[in-house]
Amino acid sequence: MRRIWRYAAPAAALAVLGMAVAVKAQDAPGGGPSNVQVSDEGKLVYEQICQACHMADAKGGGGAGAAIPALANNPNLAKPEFMIEILQKGRGGMPWFTDMLTPAQMAAVITYVRSHFNSYPDPVTEADVKRFAAGAGHKPDCNCAQ
Amino acid sequence: MTEMNEPTRRELFSLIGKAGGAIAMYQAMTALGHAAETQFTGPPKLSPARKGGSVLVLGAGLAGMVAAYELSRAGYKVTVLEYQDRPGGRNYSVRGGDKIVEVGGVTQTVGFAPGNYLNPGPWRIPHHHRSLLYYCRLFGVELEPFIQMNHNSFVHNSKAFGGKPQRYKELAVDFKGHVSDLLGKALNAGALDARVGKEDKEKLLEALRSWGVLDKDMAYTSSLRVSGQRGYDKAPGGGVDGAPTPSKINSLSDILDARVWDQMSFYFNYVMQTTMFQPKGGMDMIGKAFAKQLGKAIRLNTKVTKVAQDDTGVTASWEDVVTGQKSETKADWCVCTIPLPVANQLDLQVSPALKAAMKAVGYSTQCKIGLEMRSRFWEENYSIYGGHSFTDQTIGLISYPNNNMHKDGPAVLLGAFASDARGLMLAGMTPEQRIETALAQGSVFHPEEYRREFLNGASVAWSRIPWILGCTSRWTEENRSAHYQNLVALDGRFVLAGEHASYYGGWMEGSLLSGLDAITRIHQRANVA
Repeated sequence: MRRIWRYAAPAAALAVLGMAVAVKAQDAPGGGPSNVQVSDEGKLVYEQICQACHMADAKGGGGAGAAIPALANNPNLAKPEFMIEILQKGRGGMPWFTDMLTPAQMAAVITYVRSHFNSYPDPVTEADVKRFAAGAGHKPDCNCAQ
Repeated sequence: MTEMNEPTRRELFSLIGKAGGAIAMYQAMTALGHAAETQFTGPPKLSPARKGGSVLVLGAGLAGMVAAYELSRAGYKVTVLEYQDRPGGRNYSVRGGDKIVEVGGVTQTVGFAPGNYLNPGPWRIPHHHRSLLYYCRLFGVELEPFIQMNHNSFVHNSKAFGGKPQRYKELAVDFKGHVSDLLGKALNAGALDARVGKEDKEKLLEALRSWGVLDKDMAYTSSLRVSGQRGYDKAPGGGVDGAPTPSKINSLSDILDARVWDQMSFYFNYVMQTTMFQPKGGMDMIGKAFAKQLGKAIRLNTKVTKVAQDDTGVTASWEDVVTGQKSETKADWCVCTIPLPVANQLDLQVSPALKAAMKAVGYSTQCKIGLEMRSRFWEENYSIYGGHSFTDQTIGLISYPNNNMHKDGPAVLLGAFASDARGLMLAGMTPEQRIETALAQGSVFHPEEYRREFLNGASVAWSRIPWILGCTSRWTEENRSAHYQNLVALDGRFVLAGEHASYYGGWMEGSLLSGLDAITRIHQRANVA
């Protein structure tokens, strides 16, 4: 489903969002939830969310001896689970996106990145993401295994 | 009159401590105004360092510089290596002529008039961040009030009041009025008798009447008394036409649509409570003051590529990003304050547990946009002096400058402060798109003036800043319990410090407290070694 943060998000997701606002200690704009919608379309999710770091051409970049990894032509993406896991758990400086994207939005953007910036045409489905999220060994919000 | 021999505070705490244990003592101290603030009790009292003792500090942000400053005072030979061409790290202000270079090379040249600035990172200092206030005072950094709360600023919710922004005071007064009205009705109907005793019920009704400004029938209605809080249609004046006329209250339903409780609760946050401060002239005055103390101990333009350690010391390999010179610096100990998204990718000789901890911390992204306006129309036309107008649009808020009030000449308005998805959306845009978005959305508050008075703008999208690749650390309870102690532990001769190694993530206070804690432990170890 389309996540409209303010009105249409499932109650559980709203509760999580509310909690995140309440316990967040860092400086933040404050105010209330946003009316801003993340799209359901993979290409738009990429443009709205992912390209803030991975850049519009998905080539990443950096400077201080460190870089945000390229998603374009990235052989790690051959395995569909690779992106699912990182979106669920985060990795390095990249945070988890479980509180920002629905499983359907994750599936859409993974499918887009794998097919558009790489040549892996087989789609990743919402069910794939949900199966991974429910899978054994997944610890929410904690990439402890690395 | 009986004269009582009152115990001193210290005696009292001691008595309570004996009777009720440490927790009771802590609660008592808190009630009397002690112990509730940050864990800063004064600068570390480090005994003199061993002769020739040396420490290498990576990163000249506040954590690194406070570490270097206090270690130098204790007699250590300290070297600070900094990647950027300026000290300060996220303690940062941009001014006219500055260049903001993003990942991918996109460069903005800031066009602000002399004296104007944007604080892209930290911008407000809580009154209880004692270590930061201590060093500001010590180094003569002049602080001025940061106007955190402004009853006359706006709240905009695109789904309320037809998208028309409302004054905070009107919404907040109406919210508490309607809530008081309803709670009073529930009490009077006996709906809460099982929970509230007769005496308390009377007190509570009295409180609701007063706090909610209810009328004689315990109803929240439009009146001059209510207007004394939410403002009048015609304000009180002098002479023959001096009588005010009341304003009309909003309905409960409209108030609920506006969600003003979000702003009301925001101001209750411990770190958001007044009084707040900002340095005069820009946040980077703090970093500059630290750097002045350290002088030539800081080596700028120095990219660290590798840190090795053994039983005798640490060796950092680095490259001068201007001259290309490659070299090494050795020391007994290393304090690494490099932000984790960068530090993660360096060749560090540290334990697997520390490496795992460093990778477990995600970073949030925020985006701030400064808009320079020809005049201070928010003051002249709207009676808004500092503070924030909130919106549910991508920009999050606009915030009005706290300096130079009532003066002529251009001023810089914070045109966006966006985090989470909103921060990512702005960060993913080109600098030109960000400015256009800020103008289009901010116009909702000041439609006549916003574009007309606009001169130029600058944005800092933290995820695209090459020396950090993110904004601030994000911990969850899960990863904190799994990794935090490993992250802060002394790893051989190497220790991390920074806001990410604190429970005050994203605040300068966290950086300072972390830096002080790290060097205190190094010093203890050095004196045993």
